[in-house]
Amino acid sequence: MFVIIMGCGRVGARVASAMSRGGHEVLILDVNASAFDRLDADFGGTTVVGNGIDMDVLRRIGIERADAFLACTQGDNRNIMASQIAQHIFNVSKVVTRIYDPLRQDTFKALGLEAISSTVIAADRFIEVLDPDLVQEGLAVDRA
Amino acid sequence: MYVIVAGGGKVGFYLAKELVEHGHEVLVVESDARRAAEIEAQLGSIVMCGPADEARVLRDAGAERADLVCAVTGDDEDNLVICQVAKARFHASRVIARINNPKNAEIFHKLGIDDTVSATDVVLSVIEQELPRQHLIPLLRLRHTDVEVVEAIVEEGSTIAGRRLRDVALPKPCTIAVILRDDAVIFPEPDTPILIGDALIAFTTSENEGPLRKALLGE
Repeated sequence: MFVIIMGCGRVGARVASAMSRGGHEVLILDVNASAFDRLDADFGGTTVVGNGIDMDVLRRIGIERADAFLACTQGDNRNIMASQIAQHIFNVSKVVTRIYDPLRQDTFKALGLEAISSTVIAADRFIEVLDPDLVQEGLAVDRA
Repeated sequence: MYVIVAGGGKVGFYLAKELVEHGHEVLVVESDARRAAEIEAQLGSIVMCGPADEARVLRDAGAERADLVCAVTGDDEDNLVICQVAKARFHASRVIARINNPKNAEIFHKLGIDDTVSATDVVLSVIEQELPRQHLIPLLRLRHTDVEVVEAIVEEGSTIAGRRLRDVALPKPCTIAVILRDDAVIFPEPDTPILIGDALIAFTTSENEGPLRKALLGE
């Protein structure tokens, strides 16, 4: 599988390194070249400095043949925009987006995107450790 | 008319000011509290502090009854999301997005936002009108010689578009060394066709620059 990952922060670098070790073709994109220092020393994929919401950049890195696209930059809106470009303009079959702000989850759903909120996942896990009953009773839901 | 202006930078500020002067009801939504206070000091209580890309904020701003939502922050991705939320969730009658990268007009259109305004495009169009379109771009002069390397872009309407290189009457001495076509570099043969959009890289003497321009660009 050819996977494009936009954003080489801690999450992006970790996913990229794991996917590459797992035998996938990985291309990771970041606007800042020093971000690639976070990758495994023996990272076997490709690194490209560039902006993932620029269609020219996406075309140049071969998004038209990508099987999957992951957007995990620091900016929720940047991720939303890049994911929509990948999904609706380049028809990438598997598109997934990291977002911080749970309030934006609705926006994502309305736009037909698959989003994973790291904030919600981490908070739920913390609650589970602090008071497992809350999770079982279904109280740890997002009320936004 | 009730207009929500998302983004209180310079564009948002002057847009709001003009709209108020024209008698419209305006609300500026600005996420930075200090900037919001500055605008309020100058334009009065028509400012709301909060991130306009959040549905909650747009709802509180009254996006449902807005006749127009203008997303004019400095970031294209923010403007896209603001317009999409206003349209999809609150059925705003009309949305307009400011864009910085002119190529985003196409993306926005495909993602359902039809009205975009690009300052970059406006400036470009002024430049294009004022510059003579058909000109040779000097790239470099070879050391201690009279020989220049120039570039000519083959525009629409060019008399040589579609012809083979052998059929183009070039002044002598003069050579078309390379053709740049999209991302490709072509070392032309006599049979190589010349297409609209090609960048022709030519070697010529200074003396022949005028005749070459005439031959390639029809000036």
